[in-house]
Amino acid sequence: MTFGVIVFPGSNCDYDAYRAVKDVLNQPVKFIWHKDTDLAGADVIIIPGGFSYGDYLRGGAIARFSPVIGSVMKFAESGGIVLGICNGFQILCESGLLPGALVRNRNLRFICKDVYLLTENSDTVFTQSLSHNEVIRLPVAHNDGNYYCSEKDYEYLKSYKGITFRYCDKKGNVDDKYNPNGSSYSIAGIINEKGNVMAMMPHPERYMESILHGDDGRKIFESILESQAEKVLN
Amino acid sequence: MKRTKPVVDLALAKEHGLNAYEYKRILKILGRTPTYTELGIFSVMWSEHCSYKNSIKLLKTLPRSGGRLLVGAGEENAGAVDIGDGLAVVFKIESHNHPSAIEPYQGAATGVGGILRDIFTMGARPIASLNSLRFGLLSKGRTRYLLDGVVRGIGGYGNCFGVPTVGGEIYFEDSYSGNPLVNAMAAGVVKTDKMASATAKGDGCKVLVVGSATGRDGIHGATFASEELTEESESRRPAVQIGDPFTEKSLLEATLEIIDENLIVGIQDMGAAGITCSSAEMSAHGNSGMELQLDKVPVREEGMTPYEIMLSESQERMLVVAKKGKVKRIQEIFRKWDLHSAVIGKVTDEKLLVVKKGRKTFAEIPPEVLALGGGTPVYTREKQKPNEVTELNRSEPRVPEPDDYNQALLTLLSSPNICSKRWVYEQYDYQVRTNTVIGPGGDAAVLRIRKTNKAIALSTDCNGLYCHINPYVGAQMAVAEAARNVVCTGAEPVAITNCLNFGNPYDPEVYWYFSECVKGMGKACRAFNTPVTGGNVSFYNESAESAVYPTPTIGMLGLIDDVCLITDSYFRDKGDHIFLIGELSSQVGGSEYLKVIHNKISGPLPNFDIKFEKRLQKFVLEAIRHSLVKSAHDISEGGLAVALAECCIGRPENPIGCDIDFIDRRRQDKLLFSEAPSRVIVSCSEENIEEMERLAHKSKIPLQLIGTVGGKRMQINDRISIPVTKLQKEYESGLPRLMK
Repeated sequence: MTFGVIVFPGSNCDYDAYRAVKDVLNQPVKFIWHKDTDLAGADVIIIPGGFSYGDYLRGGAIARFSPVIGSVMKFAESGGIVLGICNGFQILCESGLLPGALVRNRNLRFICKDVYLLTENSDTVFTQSLSHNEVIRLPVAHNDGNYYCSEKDYEYLKSYKGITFRYCDKKGNVDDKYNPNGSSYSIAGIINEKGNVMAMMPHPERYMESILHGDDGRKIFESILESQAEKVLN
Repeated sequence: MKRTKPVVDLALAKEHGLNAYEYKRILKILGRTPTYTELGIFSVMWSEHCSYKNSIKLLKTLPRSGGRLLVGAGEENAGAVDIGDGLAVVFKIESHNHPSAIEPYQGAATGVGGILRDIFTMGARPIASLNSLRFGLLSKGRTRYLLDGVVRGIGGYGNCFGVPTVGGEIYFEDSYSGNPLVNAMAAGVVKTDKMASATAKGDGCKVLVVGSATGRDGIHGATFASEELTEESESRRPAVQIGDPFTEKSLLEATLEIIDENLIVGIQDMGAAGITCSSAEMSAHGNSGMELQLDKVPVREEGMTPYEIMLSESQERMLVVAKKGKVKRIQEIFRKWDLHSAVIGKVTDEKLLVVKKGRKTFAEIPPEVLALGGGTPVYTREKQKPNEVTELNRSEPRVPEPDDYNQALLTLLSSPNICSKRWVYEQYDYQVRTNTVIGPGGDAAVLRIRKTNKAIALSTDCNGLYCHINPYVGAQMAVAEAARNVVCTGAEPVAITNCLNFGNPYDPEVYWYFSECVKGMGKACRAFNTPVTGGNVSFYNESAESAVYPTPTIGMLGLIDDVCLITDSYFRDKGDHIFLIGELSSQVGGSEYLKVIHNKISGPLPNFDIKFEKRLQKFVLEAIRHSLVKSAHDISEGGLAVALAECCIGRPENPIGCDIDFIDRRRQDKLLFSEAPSRVIVSCSEENIEEMERLAHKSKIPLQLIGTVGGKRMQINDRISIPVTKLQKEYESGLPRLMK
């Protein structure tokens, strides 16, 4: 199973995603340059964190017009697996593959810290190694991680269990006081209706090894691997 | 708009910050009156900031070689240390004080940008950034504004660039009110055979300017850094540069690519004095000359004069000398990253820096007279020990014992110099690139080195108040503490970088402090075998009232051979035993206790024995390497009681109590809050106690069992009993409360 990691000039978690796949999962992985339109035969596309084109305007607002995102959109439409992390989440919302938008954090500051996440849908390509309502700990690191969705979008997301993760406390209680950035309904991660495009603000690729204070991120990557194994078996 | 050309004379030279002697010297060197552009070039290159004219003599007394040093102080843009496995760590610290005082966001941001370029111009990928910050008291609105802006600036630049900001320190003292200190440190890793050099050689080799276009920002930034801040400094805002971390990220990648493909002779980043400094220093370094055609420089604005182009400090630029036949490939790489690259001249054998625009020559100067270590002026200044120092060291002031020890400890824990800096570091991405094993909040930051079993530890340290009381010992203690901090994580101290922040060197009292600090630092660096790999000197840190506390910031690099031995500072398991390594002390001179609880700033400093300190550090390191300890934490500001509290709450999601009991008839408040150096708290499991005692005996290190880990309270003798959640609350809420 080959992973492709999209590289914008301002991507800075590209390398982390690459290492997570290569060194921890031992899977083949390639970088894909933002000016390219060829996705190099990748089975899974990761849009990593960072500041794609500087993002002085709005996270991902320019990236969505890049050559590579055009190809990613086609890839996603044909059922390809796409994971957006942080800046990747912003780009996927900007490109319309996912509903809603990411705006400035509620406290108007960059936030880097560990958060707890409640797994609300463990029945997806990206979350099947987790159990329903399982609490995991991952770090956030963002300036614009405040997910906004209209009531209509929220109802739509709920209609197909599109909310994969919400911010919570250690025990899984969801409350606004555990919401680090002001996201609507404490939403930390969502998936599209077709189930092949997921995005989240927290960084699973950062917590893959216990030496770095956590390995809960592995479960997300392992879910993707498992799904592929199932595909082969089927 | 038509401009009249200024007449160059002594008056104009003085306006440029040059004195009569220096102007005369320029006339002699050139054998004629300098052109306006030449005057500009001399003024920045002979400014304190670039020439180190008032410090270089003393800096040369510091140990600058030996150990694992590959590149020593002053040889390249940053020092380099061999860490084995074919890798070197490149690291450096630099000040950006004056820009940050005027425009905190951009001042701090470009400070970070500048130090990062110093690292990657060597071919090293930056893996960590740290900051040593000093501000006035938080009760002032201006201080809160500066802290907020500086923190946003550091975060804004580093977070976007993609380097983890993993540590540093922040102090608040009235003495920094008018002139905050912003010292940025960075470290990177490079394969030793891929290290680049800041040199220009090879007659006819093309010279390129790469990265951002050149604008009018930051003109005379170096001169601005070489004078005191005044009310007019506000009008110098244009001398503050504007940072663009996104461009710097692209510049990093492109730079590493051209170095990796072996396309260049040399490269230097453009910091202070822009094209002038990089072209002069590279030429001098390579013992050659350069001919520059300024029409070729990509500019942001129309009508820029040669003077402006040469002196611009626009950020995110580099000067590159290409290998013959490699220009095309270099330009391809920069195009790929959507960055400018323009051939602006060539290297010559003539040992002359020639600046042309159109057909006209605007400057013609031998580069060695501009470069540090060449013909720049060198001065020794007058020294005078201030009377105040004698006063401060007369005797420890008498203070009453507190009625309520719990309250005294809680007050200290929430005081600005001791409380948690979480409010600050949560605004920094301290994890990006996934190497951060110990992030901010520990004794030192620890980063693993990929593809090896090693890690490095980094720490910045300096207590300005100690140096104010006793600069010679204060500077030694700064080195010692930095070393002790990395030792507590399991690292062996290997080298330092320093940032020397002082007032006006023409003030004999300031110069006395400077000279004493350098002497002390040299002594300590020799004792710890940690040579100085470079750094910078920042004079003129003064405001209307007075000079800042003498602040020789130490940036320490430590090396850990086995990632499994990395040690945290906090208590882990119930039932573990707690050792105090080193002696109990009742000397409270210079302490936060005296200052915060009793409102007294006074010495003398506690005794400091550098030989003992060295032995103690060796012992701690040995204990860690034998896997005898579960945690190690150095005792510093706030003393034993604060250090114990930090051990209890160092892991916020899992605080744990301790029960401390020792017998000593001296005054308890002094024993608990003394900041005497050379002391470490460790915890270890029962089965290792004997081995610890045996090792300590062998090493002639005093240690005593003072208690055990466990419970929900911290109890010390019969004086202190506080729930750990309460400790945590006070420790964590100190700074947010003050920032409201």
